[in-house]
Amino acid sequence: MASKAQKRPLALQIVLFVTLVVWMIAAAFPFFWTLWGSFKVEADFFSLNNWTNALTGRMTEIETGDTFTTQGYYGAWVQEEFWRAAWNSTLVCLFVVSISLTFGTLGGYALARSTYRYAFWFLLIALIFRAMPPITLVSGYLPVFFDWNIWGYLPTAIIVLVAINQPFTLWMLHSFFKNIPQDLDESAMVDGCTRFQAFRYVIIPVMWPGVITTGLFSFLLAYNDFAVTAMILDKQNQTMVPKIASFLGTTQTKGNVMFAVAAVVSTTAPLFLLIMFFQRQIVSGLTAGAVKG
Amino acid sequence: MKHNAFFWFVLPSATAMMLFIFFPIVSVVIQSFHVAHEQVIIEVENCGPFGCTTATAIDQEATAALREEQPLGRFAGLEIYKDRNHLAVNEFAQTWQQSEGIGDFVVRLMNLPFYKALGFTLTYVAVVTPLTILFGFIIAVAVNSAARSLRGPLIFFTLLPNIVTPLIGGLILFWMVDARGVIGTALRYLADDPSLSVKADTGLMWIMLMVYGVWSSAPFAFIVYYAGLQTVSTDTLEAARIDGASRWQQIRHVVIPHLLPLTTFIALIQLMDNFRVFEPIISFNAQAHATSLSWAIYNDLSGETQQLSSAAATSVLTVIGVAILLSPVLVRTYRSYGKA
Repeated sequence: MASKAQKRPLALQIVLFVTLVVWMIAAAFPFFWTLWGSFKVEADFFSLNNWTNALTGRMTEIETGDTFTTQGYYGAWVQEEFWRAAWNSTLVCLFVVSISLTFGTLGGYALARSTYRYAFWFLLIALIFRAMPPITLVSGYLPVFFDWNIWGYLPTAIIVLVAINQPFTLWMLHSFFKNIPQDLDESAMVDGCTRFQAFRYVIIPVMWPGVITTGLFSFLLAYNDFAVTAMILDKQNQTMVPKIASFLGTTQTKGNVMFAVAAVVSTTAPLFLLIMFFQRQIVSGLTAGAVKG
Repeated sequence: MKHNAFFWFVLPSATAMMLFIFFPIVSVVIQSFHVAHEQVIIEVENCGPFGCTTATAIDQEATAALREEQPLGRFAGLEIYKDRNHLAVNEFAQTWQQSEGIGDFVVRLMNLPFYKALGFTLTYVAVVTPLTILFGFIIAVAVNSAARSLRGPLIFFTLLPNIVTPLIGGLILFWMVDARGVIGTALRYLADDPSLSVKADTGLMWIMLMVYGVWSSAPFAFIVYYAGLQTVSTDTLEAARIDGASRWQQIRHVVIPHLLPLTTFIALIQLMDNFRVFEPIISFNAQAHATSLSWAIYNDLSGETQQLSSAAATSVLTVIGVAILLSPVLVRTYRSYGKA
């Protein structure tokens, strides 16, 4: 498709190529380096004498008899019970995503179909809520949660994350439902459906692409959250990210930072798969706000 | 849609936001005007065989009763806002009088916790936002020029730094720039200074935090620009070419005007996100060199004794900051949707 006039001069080609290579190294290399290093001992991963030790695993061989070791993973998952955090994260993500989407589709649909002024104000207020850093809300939660004795439990964290997620979910689904032709549910209502039946039988079957995209971002918010979950979950119920942060406090003194490295790699792996399988949806979600203008 | 149906449809969502966003805001504002009760001190006279002595003791009962009666604490007005850990009105005035010149004033101001946090937060926002946009644009142009079959994997790796948990992304970089890590070693070699350590140097720490910021947000700018580049009208480009526009003129007069609205969008989202910078400071263990407003709230709440009122006051100040930054977005949304 490139015509002669469009053909780039050689110098420009080279500049673009170098940019790409440099950026790819910057973006991907840290992850592969950490993945590789997570199978070494600390003396290799942090080597003052010779940085190539991290590649060859010289100290790892001396200490364990092999150039690869799963000590870090064993320490994190078994000794420090990271599996518990992983299970908590699974529960939190599962419930946050399903509840957010249920609330969000109902609300987003109504906001997309209402022509009254208050729907606009509702969205504007949601936008204000979306802009507030979640951590500013935490000092409002704590006294009440302590008082009612619900601090530290997973359901509390789930409902808080759902609420924090709502503004974003509503905006995204609202703009998505706007793109579904209004005639679709209106003709169902002419045929005698109630509003809810029209939603149930006509809109739900066609809404899945948008719901999946929104769900991915709800998942990421719940999975990546540190500020809120670190403050409102107790040690037993910690999810993965606060757990990793707590490793830093306890294990750095013990000289076992490799637990944290292994936990970091374990937490990144699902995200890696997520981007791999849902790249198209993530791209469309990230650009959704912009394309609309 | 009828009022009635609308009400039932938005009810779950509205309830969740009401209970866990709106009420907490109200509660934070109220809390920021109150301080915890001091313990009630009573004087007790102990009379023994050698005469009487008076001692002070804590009246546990009265303290508990007082706390029960007014659970919010003592009303303090703007006291917390004015104290040393927040706006530090007195210290501010003092510093202003004592310091010689504006530079000295700023340096001294950075010793006050709130201004230290505000200083870093604003610098971070001001540096990271434009760099993110610039790098995002460059990467988008570069990826757009690559062969079609390569673009999928290129986008995959580009997205990684943005999608990965901020705390984790920060840690991964931090371990590499550690004096014993691979980038740390390279830096020492390049600077030819065997004692160079990012952890020990405030300037380097600020730079590293901002490098992290650009690294993790550039992919967002990239993806928006990349999507924008796909929709540049080829007709307009061709017309420009026929009229004799050079490559640069095509970019300057066709591509950039097309991408401009996207730039405002990215800038607004980035301003919002960068203002809440928090996780990298935890990852980099940087609190000695750099703090942010979000970090200050976290620090108040996670200490041995939770300083709720202090955290609440910082929260209110942070929200005011966000509101100032956000006002253009609100006006824009109001204009574009309000007409309908």
